[in-house]
Amino acid sequence: MTKPKMFEKPAGVKDYLPEAAERLRQVETRVLDCMRRWGYREIITPTLEFYDTVGAASSTSDAKLFKLLDKRGVTMVLRSDLTAPIARVVASLLRDAPLPLRLSYHANVFRAMEEGAGRDAEFYQTGVELVGDGTPEADAEVIALAVACLKAAGVDRFLIALGHVGFLNGLFRETLRDCPEEAEHELKDCLLRRDHVGYRQRLRELPLSAEAKGDLEGLLRLRGGKEICSQARPFTRDPLGFSSLDHLCRVFEALEDYGVSEHVRIDLTMIGDFSYYTGVYFEGYAADLGFPVASGGRYDNLLRQFGRPAPATGFALKTDRILEVVGGRILERTRRALVLFDTAGRKAALQYAAQLRNHGGWAVETRFLPEDETLEVAPERLAARNGERDAADERFAPDAAAQSGGPERIRLPDVTAGGTRAGACLVQGVRYDEVIVFAEEGKAWRKR
Amino acid sequence: MAETLKVAMPKGRIYRQASSLFREAGVPVPDDLDDSRKLIVHVPEANMEFIMAKPVDVPTYVEYGVADIGVVGKDVLMEEARDVYELLDLGIARCRMSVIALPDWKPALHPRVATKYPRVASQFFRERGQQVEVIKLNGSIELAPLIGLADRIVDMVETGQTLRENGLVELEQMFPITSRLIANRVSYRMKNDAIQALCDQLQAVIRI
Repeated sequence: MTKPKMFEKPAGVKDYLPEAAERLRQVETRVLDCMRRWGYREIITPTLEFYDTVGAASSTSDAKLFKLLDKRGVTMVLRSDLTAPIARVVASLLRDAPLPLRLSYHANVFRAMEEGAGRDAEFYQTGVELVGDGTPEADAEVIALAVACLKAAGVDRFLIALGHVGFLNGLFRETLRDCPEEAEHELKDCLLRRDHVGYRQRLRELPLSAEAKGDLEGLLRLRGGKEICSQARPFTRDPLGFSSLDHLCRVFEALEDYGVSEHVRIDLTMIGDFSYYTGVYFEGYAADLGFPVASGGRYDNLLRQFGRPAPATGFALKTDRILEVVGGRILERTRRALVLFDTAGRKAALQYAAQLRNHGGWAVETRFLPEDETLEVAPERLAARNGERDAADERFAPDAAAQSGGPERIRLPDVTAGGTRAGACLVQGVRYDEVIVFAEEGKAWRKR
Repeated sequence: MAETLKVAMPKGRIYRQASSLFREAGVPVPDDLDDSRKLIVHVPEANMEFIMAKPVDVPTYVEYGVADIGVVGKDVLMEEARDVYELLDLGIARCRMSVIALPDWKPALHPRVATKYPRVASQFFRERGQQVEVIKLNGSIELAPLIGLADRIVDMVETGQTLRENGLVELEQMFPITSRLIANRVSYRMKNDAIQALCDQLQAVIRI
């Protein structure tokens, strides 16, 4: 590889400029706040973990883990999710904490991805883990919370697809008794790769009765609401398949009681990574975005690997993708104020700025006006008439409230003696909702 | 009213067969779209919007969700390895991917394989424990063995006419290839009813 240019950065990582960072922070704050209201307490874990512990236990495949060596040559990983680190904490530092435990997190995670659609090497996850409760009600709780979080983040139109790993395991175990050993793995692999054509093709080649083939092919159509529970019933007599279906239906019923079942569709071919998920698995989708925005499920075997066997369920929202859905909308905007001052006005200006900062809702910049320079301050309406608002300014366009209220009507503390309110202005191409000047007009600054 | 279904269609060879299959299934797709220069065509009767794409780009459009579904050859699907639903084998544009060489081909000391499908070809030879250098070409693959760029090529064979005219033979058939109906992961959920209905209509007329 040639030496990178100074401005370059590694593939798959991103800078967040102020507006994007502000919005990401807003989404994250709203979601974490929603989780807190449900009794989940935030936890922070390190970015680096051992490859042999958290790395091996995580659901991320080996090839997708970022690995590095520490100075003693021990292999480390950059965390690829928060579920395995949290399992480590629950089994060690929180070993004596009574279950169930409700934990939430917001963190950047790392995956060494092939370049392509929506595959960032570093991205943001906001999620929860509910450890120590194996009931369908616990699964329903995290799904209902996922729905609440998506709403809190500002996603209007979304769907949760819900499946159960055990149903498929039971069904395959029962139906494929007389088939070659690899058949089950191959069929699951097709479903995992979303390859329905390959699934049907593989089915045709198996030594199965026409009826069994019909059933297994019919699986692909088992999608919908609560009716799927009864429709799927005749498919399996296997005890695992049966109990899994029961569990899934209880989850759905609980979701009806939460009042969120309209957002949930059952799909019995929905499977996450089999070595990891042990029960319910779900994904969340938002209209107008090509990729899932949430995923989660039950992983009852993970805690055992860390020495404290316990059932667990949880989900992660892909916060930066949610930003793509709601990013165009301004959730809430901090107003920008600029306080200008010359030497004589400095004390009054700085005192006023402090007052305005305490007032809340304002981002207050202060700026000294040197004697030998003149700063041009253009009142917004005048500037707009002159066509000076270019594309760059649009990003700072006032929100609807400010616009309808007009700049004069924005509430702010009374300006003390020696200060002048200039209203919404453009200063060197940057828009401020309010400019307050503690300097003599005409000398250090002038209106245009 | 249900949302419009956005369909990415491959320009060229597959288009006519795909559009006639769609028409047979009751979806009124014009058959002359391929000749026009229009890139986006609305078919309000079917509540669909057709996006005319270069075949190799169809999986990309669908993965990103700018098209809900798409029609694409299995060859492109294997090479692009995109994360999409593969819903139906449409049974059209039937051909095969093969290893091709001159009739007097003998294993070379430093084997080179020219192809439009470098990912598929290298995986194929790797899985057989063969060490080959894969050379990516963008067209006229048959030239490669004739002028000595590679000793073998991996390419699509429909009738074998082109091979015969250039004095080449098929050493091995790798995979049968047909066109597939693919769907975006999110659209598959959000527009489930429309996509399932189209699948059912198509399945009724597919001949495999």
